[in-house]
Amino acid sequence: MLAMFSLAFMRNAYLAGTFIAIICGTIGVFVIARNLSFLTHTLSEIGFAGAAFGIFMGWTALSGMLIFTVVSSVIVGQMSVKQSRREASISAISALFIGLGILFLSLSNQTSSYATSILFGSVIGIANTDVLRVALLSGIVLLAMLGLYRPLKFDSFDAIGARVSGLWTTAISVVFLVLVAMSVSVAAQIVGSLLIFILLTLPAAAARYFVHTVSKMIFLSIGFALVGVWVGLYLSYLTNLPVSFFIASIECVFYFAALGYQRIHVGS
Amino acid sequence: MTEPLIAVQHLEIAFPNNQVFKDLNFDIQRGDFLTVIGENGVGKTTLIRALLGMVKPAAGQIKYYPNKKAIRVGYVPQFRNLDQEYPLTIEDFVSLNLRGWRPWLSKAERRQVETAMAVTNVKKIRQRPLGMASGGEKQRAYLAQAIVEQPQLLILDESTASLDNEMKYELLDLVQNLNQTSDITVFFVTHDLPLAKQYAKHYLALKPGQQQFGNIADMSVEALKEVTNVSDV
Ligand SMILES: Nc1ncnc2c1ncn2[C@@H]1O[C@H](COP(=O)(O)OP(=O)(O)OP(=O)(O)O)[C@@H](O)[C@H]1O
Ligand SMILES: [Mg+2]
Repeated sequence: MLAMFSLAFMRNAYLAGTFIAIICGTIGVFVIARNLSFLTHTLSEIGFAGAAFGIFMGWTALSGMLIFTVVSSVIVGQMSVKQSRREASISAISALFIGLGILFLSLSNQTSSYATSILFGSVIGIANTDVLRVALLSGIVLLAMLGLYRPLKFDSFDAIGARVSGLWTTAISVVFLVLVAMSVSVAAQIVGSLLIFILLTLPAAAARYFVHTVSKMIFLSIGFALVGVWVGLYLSYLTNLPVSFFIASIECVFYFAALGYQRIHVGS
Repeated sequence: MTEPLIAVQHLEIAFPNNQVFKDLNFDIQRGDFLTVIGENGVGKTTLIRALLGMVKPAAGQIKYYPNKKAIRVGYVPQFRNLDQEYPLTIEDFVSLNLRGWRPWLSKAERRQVETAMAVTNVKKIRQRPLGMASGGEKQRAYLAQAIVEQPQLLILDESTASLDNEMKYELLDLVQNLNQTSDITVFFVTHDLPLAKQYAKHYLALKPGQQQFGNIADMSVEALKEVTNVSDV
């Protein structure tokens, strides 16, 4: 265990992973309440294209990702604010972006191992500057969440009540989607863009079966995300297998345990 | 005559190829319990939205005394799509409508939630997820949320429509109590004429292109059935 922390990249992975778990656990509660799991999935595919574009342009993968996901979250958000079920068009958009991502990667002469690390995540490459970037972006997301907490909570858990009480619900939606986009980009650093929606949806989806206030859901959801990331990183270190595999498995265990708990609870 | 809270004058509202009101006139008195009756689609919900400033009048005006900002409104909307899986407790649901900005609740805000739950009689079930609550409990929770910021005007859009008789009277007793003891003005939309007759002070009966406004004591249920086409079920 201690040997693991003598490795700089493992320390960095734990630091970055902790930030990621905290913002994903928090944002996830609202993603679930607003029924945005599907959109989150799309954003992570768009993020893949953005990362590839960033590399193609000679920037960092993170900046390419941020630009792509933030811009498209504003556009897609406006669309789905008006019509909540546009899943077919959203699927078409994801397909387009996955194609673009593959194109940019092949144009930029990167080896296919680079593609897999964007798609599936990797702990090896995390440098000090990456941790700083993750910390900074997570800080921005968390501060924005604190400022927006009350109206976002109202709009997410009682959209009709929020609208009739005069909240600016469209503005709230758009700002929230931008925060989701930032979280997707940050979290993709570790779990990879393909599996990002795991951290953004499963911990929160599990938490709402155990506790019934927004603040408790946030704490529990962060807890589930943290356990997944910490244990996942450790197992990955021990076995040399991909960290995203372990995170996905652990979060699935939490989720299905929650479903089981719900069944027993309701059944009794 | 007491001073009105809101005066509606020559109000006209029109949607593309659908005129809802033309020359609608009535006052909402301070402390009034006004019931609004009319058949489906006559524009009751639209009238509420106009009062809240969410629909622009085509003509006429709505005057607020002393001004619109000064009137806090609590509103229980007609439809809310909360299913069985809805996770929040009644207490957390009620606190959603608090206006502060802090992520946590202040002492004063917690007291507001307590009071709202006490007067709507949901204190005992405050920890129950709202999705599990019965229809009547849900309506009382909605009412509690609407009054948590101590509004001057309480708007209820067919809040009794899904309730059985006993529950209806229980809910309206609570509303009447708020009206009398906390001096909250009530604007109550319903299809239920006997209920309106029992609790309201004034009535506004709407019919396409027509209106009738007066003291509830002067309202004849029989005559109104004709005007509004409303059955009392
Ligand atoms: N945003 C809108 N755009 C166009 N037409 C609308 C709009 N809102 C309402 N209407 C129309 O205005 C009329 C009045 O609608 P409203 O919802 O106010 O009726 P209501 O009296 O509340 O009916 P109910 O008893 O069924 O609730 C209806 O014909 C409705 O179709
Ligand atoms: Mg209506």
